[in-house]
Amino acid sequence: MTNTISLNLDINGKTQEVTVEPRVTLLDALREHLGLTGTKKGCDHGQCGACTVHVDGERILSCLTLAAQVEGSKITTIEGLSDAAGELHPVQAAFLEHDAFQCGYCTPGQIMSAVACIREGHTGSDEEIREYMSGNLCRCGAYPHIVDAVREAAKVMS
Amino acid sequence: MRDFSYLRATSVEEAISAAAMPATMLLAGGTTLLDLAKCGVAEPERVVDISHLEGLDAIHVDAKGATIGALARMSRVASDEAIKAHFPAVSEALWQAASAQIRNMATIGGNLLQRTRCAYFRDPVTFPNCNKRNPGSGCAAVTGVNRNHSVLGGNSACIATYPGDLAVALTALDAVVHLGDRQVPIDDFFLLPGSTPDKEHAMRPGEIITAISIPASPVARHSTFLKVRDRQSYEFAAASAAVGMDLAADGRTIRDIRVAIGGVATKPWRLRAVEDALRGKALEPDTVKQASRLAIEGAVDHGANHYKIELAPRVVERAILKLGAAA
Repeated sequence: MTNTISLNLDINGKTQEVTVEPRVTLLDALREHLGLTGTKKGCDHGQCGACTVHVDGERILSCLTLAAQVEGSKITTIEGLSDAAGELHPVQAAFLEHDAFQCGYCTPGQIMSAVACIREGHTGSDEEIREYMSGNLCRCGAYPHIVDAVREAAKVMS
Repeated sequence: MRDFSYLRATSVEEAISAAAMPATMLLAGGTTLLDLAKCGVAEPERVVDISHLEGLDAIHVDAKGATIGALARMSRVASDEAIKAHFPAVSEALWQAASAQIRNMATIGGNLLQRTRCAYFRDPVTFPNCNKRNPGSGCAAVTGVNRNHSVLGGNSACIATYPGDLAVALTALDAVVHLGDRQVPIDDFFLLPGSTPDKEHAMRPGEIITAISIPASPVARHSTFLKVRDRQSYEFAAASAAVGMDLAADGRTIRDIRVAIGGVATKPWRLRAVEDALRGKALEPDTVKQASRLAIEGAVDHGANHYKIELAPRVVERAILKLGAAA
């Protein structure tokens, strides 16, 4: 007998119903059940940050969160970051402007993390940006440009 | 990951009675449990989600000390102004741990109970023998790749390092773990592996951590946490030290001192010998250096982790001198 539960998840301002096994993570629910593949699966063990999304406005790792845990919370993914008219979020624009990626796989996680990092006020210096963005690995090594993008986006958003 | 059923607990009583069922595990932040479930180390049949319980995440600080609810998230405790002012070592240990995302998820209670990063423990398919996972099966780490393993508190049954930072700061500051009505001093809460490495703490079946309290004191108010690691951020400690120190009015006589180290032992390691050697002494670099050598009394290395025997006293020495210079 398949053990499934039905969940109503509030994703990017829209309630979506999904039927999953209780062990399904938020990451797999987004990618495999809801077609929201912007959120990436890197390590799937909480070591790389590629799966970063916001839950009730705070950055978390969707690979170590059960979908069932976040029923009743507001989830924001990279797909929900730009406004209704499709205008890029200032952090997205800054990543383009500063060429803050190479292969792009870590980028959605970097951007979601950066939006929260700026909101938390942890962009006082490049050193502080590096410390508070350390949960997002970039194997292409685009770190200097990522720091540039976060610093400049923080200025735009202040 | 094995399939499991999911229950969202609505009261502490419900959580305790559900947790008493066989093959049941509590889920708070999920950062340890889901990771280990994917590794095949944790195999719960039932998961009880306690992360939505009301009233267990409060942070309260008054003249007597701090009480931190077990479900308070690491990030909230790290940035709490009263914690930063009265227990700086606690805030510093927290913000240097894990990543911003994990600190938003992980709870204080779960943080204490995090499991070792021993690569053999985490890989049951390749390494079936592990006395922590499977008592009596042996230890692959003792003769294996053990650069990150402990030099203190271990034996031939287990040399897995306790990985956390917060518990090291709490051990230095004489914190108390609240298990409902029962209270256990943190140094008694964590157990040495002995012949039962699978038993890591003093919790009894059906008990859950409800809060942690830390007594206010001059040593707590003037405290710090120093963490040395292989990379600058988002890494477990190669060696760490939590130090609290109360200097006399002359600014150099050590009236009282508390020291604990992490990253080098099987549990958060209180250094009473170092404290005794420094209490009442003048804060001089040579005195501190000599006393810090006592940090590794009884240490045993296993080859690749020998560097920790050199590193740990230096981290203790540096933390004490840094705190003294800031006075």
